[in-house]
Amino acid sequence: MSNHDDQSDAAGRADEFLQVFKKGAEFTQDLLKENERLRFRVVKLEETLKEKGHEVAVESPDALELKNKIIALEQEKEAILDQIRVVEEENQNFANRYVEIEEENNMLANLYIASYQLHSTLDFKEVLKIILEIVINLIGAEEFGVLLLDEKTNHLEPVACEGLVKSELPSIAVGKGIIGESVESGENYFIDSMEGYERDFEKPIVCIPLKIKEHVIGVITIYKLLTQKDEFNDVDYELFTLLAGHAATAVFSSRMYSDSERKLSTIQGFIDLLTK
Amino acid sequence: MSGYKVLVVEDSPTMRQLIVFALKRIRGFQIVEANDGVDGLKKLSAEKFDLILTDINMPIMDGLKLVSMVRNDPNYKTTPIIVITTEGATEDRERALALGANEYITKPIQTMKILETVKKLMSV
Repeated sequence: MSNHDDQSDAAGRADEFLQVFKKGAEFTQDLLKENERLRFRVVKLEETLKEKGHEVAVESPDALELKNKIIALEQEKEAILDQIRVVEEENQNFANRYVEIEEENNMLANLYIASYQLHSTLDFKEVLKIILEIVINLIGAEEFGVLLLDEKTNHLEPVACEGLVKSELPSIAVGKGIIGESVESGENYFIDSMEGYERDFEKPIVCIPLKIKEHVIGVITIYKLLTQKDEFNDVDYELFTLLAGHAATAVFSSRMYSDSERKLSTIQGFIDLLTK
Repeated sequence: MSGYKVLVVEDSPTMRQLIVFALKRIRGFQIVEANDGVDGLKKLSAEKFDLILTDINMPIMDGLKLVSMVRNDPNYKTTPIIVITTEGATEDRERALALGANEYITKPIQTMKILETVKKLMSV
């Protein structure tokens, strides 16, 4: 699977970064040791000279060579430390990106399963059941309804719900109130703040129009989230829109299939009557 | 690491698929699905499993009853059990853990959390 390959590739690159980082750290350690050793040697040489009654000659060729070497090593050490800092920063960015990609990967996998389930049947009732399951398990809603557009009356009629009594859900005119406006515009609606919210069937916390391209066929209205879900994250917003598209197509095709099945059965009845 | 048998007990086919799909990302897991507690018990008695993931709210037999029965079975005294549920209240969590569940994860599905928990419990 490509997601799995991407993940393996990303993990491989993370390992490479770590290897580079480790090698840099080891090299720095070696340099520091070498530096220490040379400093120690300078001190020793100075002591030896003093013991022999000579003044330490700053300009002596040995001392100068050693000092120059120390300066060069110090500069090299600083350059490597800078490089390590850059690699560390890159490594951190990479780790953050890895987590982001992993989350996105999970979201896509969940979306794949959800859409696969939605399109696995042409039974209208089963499609509605799958929509309910998805909204509970993927979005984390506790109380919500699914309303479909009756094109004759231009009203949204409740067809399924969770945590609520279906008969209590009102019929909503397109263009009227939060739900009606969301359907008319085709735009998702999210309440500004859920703090202090009390359930009002005409003022949900979320409205997700079910759209096939620009054609709205219904809406999902959410009134309460699960206790442990106190807010929506970025992935939820993407999920809402993507799921709404798949749910709309599944509802539309299953309803068309049911209608055509019914018509076929009626026509078959007439033919049977005529031919008997 | 290979050949771990995992039982996923969940009445919602969508949720079951989501969990199975996530678990398939761990190599060497052989996954068996059950629709409810009774189906789960049947499968547990037919073969030995190394890990059980179960929902709580299910028809016929709920997940808590299943956890309790599994723990009373000498073959499954120490088998890790992960409960995945919509019930987010502290008392629900405590009850499940008191009955013998090892971990308690709440819905909506958190794939990364499920995978981390499974890897931790199975040391993979």
